Amino acid sequence: MENLTATWEWLSTSPLLALTLTVGLYWASDKLWEKSGRNPLLTPLLVASALICVVLVVLRLDYAAYASGAGILTFLLGPATVALALPLHRQASHVKEAAPMVLGAVLVGAFFSVLSGYWVTVLLGGSAELAASMAPKSSTTPIAMALAEQVGGLAPLAVLFVMVAGLSGAVIGPKVLDLVGVRDPRARGLAMGVASHGVGTSRAFQEGQTQGAFSGLAMGLTGLAVSVIITWLVP
Amino acid sequence: MLGGLALILALQLVGEVFVRATGLPIPGPVIGMVLFFVWLRWRKPREGSSTVHAADVLVRYLPIMFVPTTVGVVVYGPQIASQWVPALVASFGTWLLTFVLVAWVAVWLRPRRPKREAA
Repeated sequence: MENLTATWEWLSTSPLLALTLTVGLYWASDKLWEKSGRNPLLTPLLVASALICVVLVVLRLDYAAYASGAGILTFLLGPATVALALPLHRQASHVKEAAPMVLGAVLVGAFFSVLSGYWVTVLLGGSAELAASMAPKSSTTPIAMALAEQVGGLAPLAVLFVMVAGLSGAVIGPKVLDLVGVRDPRARGLAMGVASHGVGTSRAFQEGQTQGAFSGLAMGLTGLAVSVIITWLVP
Repeated sequence: MLGGLALILALQLVGEVFVRATGLPIPGPVIGMVLFFVWLRWRKPREGSSTVHAADVLVRYLPIMFVPTTVGVVVYGPQIASQWVPALVASFGTWLLTFVLVAWVAVWLRPRRPKREAA
């Protein structure tokens, strides 16, 4: 019994458990998604994360311990962001030709997202802190955390809203684009990248290389644009 | 694979050091992406080379890297229990508006090659 307790104590704080859970459940979720004919509600990121939440609650595991155990995956977001230059390089001739389209989409999206995020929250009765945490939600997690604190919000809340924006894009984004009649793969990628950052970009790559390249480009530029405009758009 | 990974890590490192040293409000990996793009345009590595392979693998497994952060929502969710209506409506509603607006602006501004050739 003593050995069992000690083993569990070791396991519950070991990266091995966090990584086995994450890689295993993501793999299973991916299989399920393929089996379901890529049903948007079964997007692997959503299903795997929900399953892990359940496991953490049932086994009474601490989120901080899990997050630090699976930290290597979060760390890889950095190099993966750098690697997004490759699809961009492959699509360079198309991107050059579409420069006005890319810049227009990014600028309109960044301004609208920050202003609407802040003011809609205020109009619905949310606190200024909540609104400031909402404003940077179109940028990727690390940028949004820093920006939220810069304008008087809270980093953990910013992560929550960034994830709502990202998961909405990953889960219903392609469907919404079909509904509003947007078929151009470049426009589809831009919408995913501007409104749903890296999570949207990872979903855009599942749709195609062009969508992914434009989404990755839009994600990078939107992060830049939001960083620059947020301090003078949020009161 | 290893050579490519070393290059990508080194470019991220340069990016991170650059933004910290200059105090720019831009994430280091985004600078790294710009540098890697310049490198790719300059060296034009062939498909199947170590660099291309490493970058392809990283991009392919991008979704799983978001899992730990997404799981964090269980922890942060309860913090806004009293303001869940504005939080939910504003985050989802303004995402949807931004998303559709960007898609339409993009379609409106897209280059129309056939017309240009006809002119």
